[in-house]
Amino acid sequence: MKNKFIQSIFVIAVGSMLFTSCKPKDSGDAVSGDAAQKAYVAPGKYDEFYNFVSGGFSGQLSVYGLPSGRLFRVIPVFSVDPEKGWGYSEETKPMLNTSHGFVPWDDLHHTEMSQTNGEVDGRWVFANANNTPRIARVDLKTFKTAEIIELPNVGGNHSSPFITENTEYVVAGTRFSVPGDYVDGDVPINTYKQNFKGHISFVKVGKEGEMDLAFQIVTPGVNFDLSHAGKGKSHGWMFFSCYNTEQANTLLEVNASQKDKDFIMAVNWKKAEEYVKAGKAKKQSVKYVHNKWDEKTHTATSETKNEVLVLDATALKDICYMIPCPKSPHGCDVDPTGEYIVGSGKLAALIPVFSFDKLQSAITNKQFDGDYSGISVVKYEAALHGEVKKPGLGPLHTEFDAKGNAYTSMFVSSEVVKWDIKSLKVLDRVPTYYSVGHLCVPGGDSKKPFGKYMIAYNKITKDRYLPTGPELAQSAQIYDISGDKMRLILDFPTIGEPHYAQAAPADLIRNNGQYKFYKIAENNHPFAAKGEKEAKVVRQGNKVHVYMTSIRSHFAPDNIEGIKMGDEVYFHITNLEQDWDVPHGFSIKGANNAELLIMPGETTTLKWVPDRVGIFPMYCTDFCSALHQEMSGYVRVSPAGSSVPLTWSVGTNQPKI
Amino acid sequence: MKRLSSIFALTILLFVSCGKKESSGDDFSKPTTETPSSEPSSTETSSAATDAEKYDPHRGEGKYDKVDLGAKLDQAMATEGEKAAGVKCTSCHKLTDEKLVGPGWKDVTTRRKPEWIMNFITNPDPMIDKDPAVQAQLEICLVRMPNQGLSDAEARNILEYMRKNDGVK
Ligand SMILES: [Cu+2]
Repeated sequence: MKNKFIQSIFVIAVGSMLFTSCKPKDSGDAVSGDAAQKAYVAPGKYDEFYNFVSGGFSGQLSVYGLPSGRLFRVIPVFSVDPEKGWGYSEETKPMLNTSHGFVPWDDLHHTEMSQTNGEVDGRWVFANANNTPRIARVDLKTFKTAEIIELPNVGGNHSSPFITENTEYVVAGTRFSVPGDYVDGDVPINTYKQNFKGHISFVKVGKEGEMDLAFQIVTPGVNFDLSHAGKGKSHGWMFFSCYNTEQANTLLEVNASQKDKDFIMAVNWKKAEEYVKAGKAKKQSVKYVHNKWDEKTHTATSETKNEVLVLDATALKDICYMIPCPKSPHGCDVDPTGEYIVGSGKLAALIPVFSFDKLQSAITNKQFDGDYSGISVVKYEAALHGEVKKPGLGPLHTEFDAKGNAYTSMFVSSEVVKWDIKSLKVLDRVPTYYSVGHLCVPGGDSKKPFGKYMIAYNKITKDRYLPTGPELAQSAQIYDISGDKMRLILDFPTIGEPHYAQAAPADLIRNNGQYKFYKIAENNHPFAAKGEKEAKVVRQGNKVHVYMTSIRSHFAPDNIEGIKMGDEVYFHITNLEQDWDVPHGFSIKGANNAELLIMPGETTTLKWVPDRVGIFPMYCTDFCSALHQEMSGYVRVSPAGSSVPLTWSVGTNQPKI
Repeated sequence: MKRLSSIFALTILLFVSCGKKESSGDDFSKPTTETPSSEPSSTETSSAATDAEKYDPHRGEGKYDKVDLGAKLDQAMATEGEKAAGVKCTSCHKLTDEKLVGPGWKDVTTRRKPEWIMNFITNPDPMIDKDPAVQAQLEICLVRMPNQGLSDAEARNILEYMRKNDGVK
């Protein structure tokens, strides 16, 4: 009897052990009692961190607070955004220009914050466009996309943008190797092995953030997945994970997972820089555009460039080395000391950790295992620090804390595993809901992680939120990592599909000279109206320029007559407010682009081509005061050739009646 | 006695937990750097709101305690003031006594002390919340005067322009 009792307890205990080690079915299972308190930020209080999250297929960048998970802003980057007039106003249209013309959408996968001495400095966030390869720089003084540069010779700019420890370069690797733009691309697709090449791009970043495509390195055709820069002792090196080293061009899910090991490519970029200086790079003719936002004229310009310098990795033997890495590696992450490089093979059942010191001595002692299409392959064991055994299924990406721990996301087994970088021992594991992609620890890819929180960005959300049709918002989850055990404290929904994210202490951003409004005296927009007395309407042939002002709660002018069919009307609206958080909107009936949202002190232009004769109301779209509904006006459109004179007014009826 | 001590213990607990929160440094709602005077911060507004009884309706609220006016008009300042007002003020204020979005400027310098005007035009929000005259005005205009980010010099020049408008020679 007693024995039976003990036995049954034993069975229950074992049973519950098994149960807890499985993925909890109930959404509340992993949450402990005081989780809400840890994520709670009282109304009126500020969050501790800003979290900059990629929007994936939405093409935008979202800004959340940590630990509250509150959404603060969606910054339009690579996709048009009617809410803010991004890509619709005349000033912003050039930002989405490419060598293929105006491209209204892209797939934004990774964000990377600028660093100084390997520490997050709060100046800029860089982001990649995957589809039509581009890199953007978002200025954190204005939370606005300040610059976009296109990358030639690239297909699928996935392995991007990753930065060196003083933001010397933003680096990008091609996901799809393709024939270079400077060669004849009209080749049979099944000649991948001969004709397809990889290009990795080094974009120089200037003092004010301005980007310049300094050089590219041409490599054998593979798929580059992710990358990270060396730091500290490994500063001067960059590491890229490569898959499809089989060089297949069809049914990659089978044909690109043949080999037991793919590669991490180590690039000595300081050496590459020397070769460029020594004139070893070839000038290739290509076509790409570089778009810049001018903060004083509130206007973007787009410039086409025609040349790039290309270094050949197979000809210059000491800039690139391949390190074998099991199997289809995704993440390629460097720990805060710069010594350890973590490869995460999506299809591997272990996590290999390489040592920078061992890699260096392997190169010095030529411990090679032959070459891969002309690039030396370092012996696996010679570069290996060790393997994390049985970490889970589908290791994807690793971030670090300040205490020597690594956190790896497991896509297939939907969990995050914490392990010790030196001993490679697994310390803890927590479930995610579900199919986790990237992780973010504030400062987690820098020399100085802030730790405290770890955020998991998940691909699947089912069972977490109320059903909303066939699709649900993707989700992120915040874990408290201040103690020995990771603890889930909050789920929050995201825009698009989140990939990589970065986070920094709030004070670093908000005390970094952040703009609250644009000073009207510094507004150099060529069509600015600084004060109502400058409001006017000017006809130039069939183009009509309206210099309009807005302030709570009227436009000047608010009555315009004498517009004719066949005219192109440009409403240049200057928001005269000098108080922050008071934008005004502008819309007019029949406008077939969008509305405008004009920040205090800013000038923005909406082009409008009237399609019929009549009276067209215009109004402010952003509720700005108790008299917001009164913030409106009329435009009269007359037939072509009509004799109605061009007049405008505010506060008077013209002609007087 | 027993009861008293438990109340005492509870008080300590409360006190300790309060004290802990203060020292944890988790309150990011307070700026760590000084807010420049040209940028009014919301914390200024809310802390000021607690001592409403100290409000001086003649001086208003803000950094100006004493504004010295010349006996005669400073023509140069008034000209600069006219320019600044053209950008930041006259969209909403007429020079006559006619109301536009806000009240007309006629005789404002005889109705209001210079300190009041300087404080109001540089720091409108707390005064809109407290000043009885401004609150009465808000019921008529229904638009809160926006903070137009006036610099000290701009504000003073605008005051001189208002004096000129009121006939000071
Ligand atoms: Cu408005």
